[in-house]
Amino acid sequence: MTTLTVEANNLTRIYGGREAVSDVSFTLSKGEVLGFLGPNGAGKSTTMKMLTGNLAPSKGSVKICGVDMIENPKEAKALIGYLPETPPLYREFTVDEFLAIAARLHGVSGKHIKTAVQRAKERCGLTEMSKRLIENLSKGYQQRVGIAQAIIHNPMVVILDEPTVGLDPIQIRDIRALIKELGGEHSVILSTHILPEVEMVCDHVQIIDKGKLVFNGSIDILKQQRHGNKLLIGLSNAPAHDELLKVAGVEAVEELPNGLLRVRYAAGKAPAEALVQAAVSKGWGLHQINPDQTSLEDVFVQLTYQDAAA
Amino acid sequence: MILKVARKELKSVFASPMGWVILALLQFGFGTYFLNGVNEYFEVMSGAIRPAERTGVTMFIGQSVFGLASFVMLFSVPLLSMRLISEERRSNTLPFLFSAPLSLTEIVLGKFIGLVAFLSILVAMIAVMLCTLNAWADVDFGYLFSNVLGLWLLVASFSALGLYFSSLTAQPVVAAIITFIALFGLLIVDRFLTGDDASVANYLSLMHHFQPFARGLIDTADITYFLLFIVTFLTLTVRRLDADRLRG
Repeated sequence: MTTLTVEANNLTRIYGGREAVSDVSFTLSKGEVLGFLGPNGAGKSTTMKMLTGNLAPSKGSVKICGVDMIENPKEAKALIGYLPETPPLYREFTVDEFLAIAARLHGVSGKHIKTAVQRAKERCGLTEMSKRLIENLSKGYQQRVGIAQAIIHNPMVVILDEPTVGLDPIQIRDIRALIKELGGEHSVILSTHILPEVEMVCDHVQIIDKGKLVFNGSIDILKQQRHGNKLLIGLSNAPAHDELLKVAGVEAVEELPNGLLRVRYAAGKAPAEALVQAAVSKGWGLHQINPDQTSLEDVFVQLTYQDAAA
Repeated sequence: MILKVARKELKSVFASPMGWVILALLQFGFGTYFLNGVNEYFEVMSGAIRPAERTGVTMFIGQSVFGLASFVMLFSVPLLSMRLISEERRSNTLPFLFSAPLSLTEIVLGKFIGLVAFLSILVAMIAVMLCTLNAWADVDFGYLFSNVLGLWLLVASFSALGLYFSSLTAQPVVAAIITFIALFGLLIVDRFLTGDDASVANYLSLMHHFQPFARGLIDTADITYFLLFIVTFLTLTVRRLDADRLRG
């Protein structure tokens, strides 16, 4: 599983003297799902356009499965499925017609078009919409058609620009499941604003801000930052802080304005059970215990803010 | 791959009633002219015309039908070509083509061939209509062929120009208007500069190169002019789309 599917080297894009994307480099291996995060206008879409050959980079190169996008655009593009920000849909066609065109243009051979269309429809939950005009579909279904056209030719790399925009919660769950499934055999790059989504489906995360990569790493690192070693407990008869500190593993106790206590503990220790037992035996009146999570939003803000401050 | 793009374009013309309506309306117009031509022919030719001044039925009717056709195409080609690229630009579907394994040349040629294929249906229908005269008279097939070829080349040139202007803007209507003005200008440019037969303007005029065909004369110089015209505007279109990719 170490085959590289996407290699981006020092991608830079200059718009009128301003660097919209500067020096973005990363690699992606087969079977990985990469989440692309960043505030509006950070350069996510620009990077994706460069990866798919819709925009020529000012500097740097893109290789898809070892094929250079600039030198051999046709071969490289055949390996990619791309869903842009606005799904590219020909509204005058029915779902079936459109997907057949997409399959044909992506080089699916004549006799396999039918099965390819069928499969893409099943994967995106469009089977009942086959004969409907795309124009008459709801936003969510249009989005699904957009995803279907991106995966119709079974590409090595699937690049989705905000795939879950405009979908209802059930559809979002389906699409997430689909992305996970795709991640098994293909590589997936997706950009999104919804942070929990990244946590659910991605193996790797990149945070881009003002055109620069500010974070590039495995999702676990991000999760660690998020979870920290903190517990939030609520006690109706709170004892003195010293009492709490006696519980194995507890390092610090802090009182919060809302009456709850934040307990820090040493890395690797899990004092929750001991705390509960202590609370029960000593009658502290425990009514709440929770891991204290910094939200992913906070981590995200920290990362992008650090950059602005620096 | 070119044909796959062409097929998509053709399909999209017929996906809405527009394609059918245009075919029907234009055919109705040509049919009316054809019918009038036949009627007039009997009136004029049975009358007091000296035998030396009589023309054949093919030429008599052909002239009016092909004259109308070249004039009607001046209006209908811009309306058909306007949406080719600007519509895709407006509805953000260009990335679909750009990220498919197609070169820009293939995209442009495909779109061009798609439109020309549709217009060929019209030209073919005119040709078939005139051939039906053969049931009662001897049709001058040479004259007919030269006219059909001329009309077809003219229409293809219109399409190439229309395609280029369509690639310049995201507003189909703007594309149609500019195309129409440009075509009109190119058609009548020789009218303004009559007299000087060797002037450059004459060489540029589309009508100037169409007229030999209309008279039944197939000249390689005219064919070359039309082919160069088409190649020039298709190349410009490819370059325009390439600029999209480079400049964003």
